[in-house]
Amino acid sequence: MDFLRPASWEEALAAKAEHPTAVPIAGGTDVMVEINFDHRRPEYLLDLNRIGDLTEWEVGEESVRLGASVPYTRIMENLRAELPGLALASHTVASPQIRNRGGVGGNLGTASPAGDAHPALLAAGAEVEAESAARGTRLIPIDDFYTGVKRNALQPDELIRAVHVKKADGPQQYSKVGTRNAMVIAVCAFGLALHPETRTVRTGIGSAAPTPVRAKAAEEFLNAALEEGGFWDNGKIITPSVAKQFAELCSGGCNPIDDVRGTASYRRHAVGVMARRTLTWTWESYRGARRASEGAA
Amino acid sequence: MRVNFTVNGRPQEADDVWEGESLLYVLRERLGLPGSKNACEQGECGSCTVRLDGVPVCSCLVAAGQAEGRDVVTVEGLADFAKQRAEGGCASGACGTTLQDAQQWKAKGTDSQTGEGTELSPIQQAFIDAGAVQCGFCTPGLLVASDELLERNPNPSDADIREALSGNLCRCTGYEKIMDAVRLAAARQSEEV
Ligand SMILES: Cc1cc2nc3c(=O)[nH]c(=O)nc-3n(C[C@H](O)[C@H](O)[C@H](O)COP(=O)(O)OP(=O)(O)OC[C@H]3O[C@@H](n4cnc5c(N)ncnc54)[C@H](O)[C@@H]3O)c2cc1C
Ligand code: FES
Ligand code: FES
Repeated sequence: MDFLRPASWEEALAAKAEHPTAVPIAGGTDVMVEINFDHRRPEYLLDLNRIGDLTEWEVGEESVRLGASVPYTRIMENLRAELPGLALASHTVASPQIRNRGGVGGNLGTASPAGDAHPALLAAGAEVEAESAARGTRLIPIDDFYTGVKRNALQPDELIRAVHVKKADGPQQYSKVGTRNAMVIAVCAFGLALHPETRTVRTGIGSAAPTPVRAKAAEEFLNAALEEGGFWDNGKIITPSVAKQFAELCSGGCNPIDDVRGTASYRRHAVGVMARRTLTWTWESYRGARRASEGAA
Repeated sequence: MRVNFTVNGRPQEADDVWEGESLLYVLRERLGLPGSKNACEQGECGSCTVRLDGVPVCSCLVAAGQAEGRDVVTVEGLADFAKQRAEGGCASGACGTTLQDAQQWKAKGTDSQTGEGTELSPIQQAFIDAGAVQCGFCTPGLLVASDELLERNPNPSDADIREALSGNLCRCTGYEKIMDAVRLAAARQSEEV
């Protein structure tokens, strides 16, 4: 094994181009488990810890450009206002020790259906900034990023430099089912974001299909129902029948399996419950914010 | 490969390190510092917790090469580390813990029941006084994590303590005495100032 230690992003891209089989290592919280248990013996490890830019973020007009290696702890502490869904999801990852090392770039690299960043990114709207020495930078829409179980759209010579996550324009929530609050890989998870500016709702489902997915049919139904009922303007509570149908469509958007963490039917059911709850929580907070701004006006 | 890094305030060098080796392995097997424990090697138990540039991490999940040039504090150096922090830095210029001292470090002193006769960090003393140690396997990780919590947050709520220690498993003592120990250390710390 060789340990490659690029001191800059350009050096890292050059190393990845020269050794496309090199395994990048950021926080190491996925890679080291595989090496410790001899599940993986890469020829090259490509250490990204020396590249300072990867742990930085910039808050722009529309989105946050989040460096691939920004640890979850930093996201929770610093980006709660801009990226509430991702901050909530980050807080559910493992333990403080893991959150101090692991980040979204590694979560995307692993692309596990259970990765907690994914539902939040899908719900918020995001693009993955991938780069190679040969072809430069491209932005991969998050909807196109997950291509199969633990597979993603990266080419062998590419690295993730950052993720551009849309800044929240409304309430966001993240919900996860597991046996305790810490150190739990999701049985299933659900992210939801209200986007009042475009009058849309976006979702993300974790651990209930081969890849993280959006519940698109449920989103379309809800968008139409909210529009039709004038909900965005009148700020009424969501009709129970609308919430119920949304929940059913979210369950229907799953394609889960039975495994040690839960059965397929349990996952489908739990996703429906989380969909209804996160919709209620976010909608109540949207209504609260509307009332507050009307009161102030 | 060779790894040069700082361990408990002193520069160290580890040789013949395999590229896929963990920092935990280097500490235990190459430097002879068995304080950080190896229980799961998969980040689940926290018994290998050390500070890496001040940040608590599972040393089993840090590749040895990633520690190059960085600063590691292990449980063997915790007493000196805490002392130096309390004194506001290193006045003598010879702080930290030598490898030899660290290798021989014991909580025993003249009385293994009370820890008397050894220099303990406040959190170590509190663990002994509160009876938060049984087999002791989880203790090093809990000490490093608790010490960092109290450094960051001198008056933690119970929820803060639970959260900070949520990555550390103990299979014998139960968590109540461990909570007591952290509360005790926090209370003593606030009396001092
Ligand atoms: C005990 C434990 C509990 C866990 N619990 C959770 C949990 O609750 N939720 C959850 O989502 N995850 C969990 N994980 C998994 C892991 O912590 C996350 O997936 C984390 O986001 C990985 O980030 P990392 O920086 O440590 O990745 P690494 O291990 O460094 O890398 C992961 C993968 O991504 C690739 N990679 C890393 N950076 C880049 C880059 N810039 N460009 C291209 N590829 C890259 C690597 O080659 C590797 O394939 C847990 C892990 C452990 C050990
Ligand atoms: S040995 Fe590292 S967390 Fe268990
Ligand atoms: S004292 Fe035995 S594991 Fe905690």
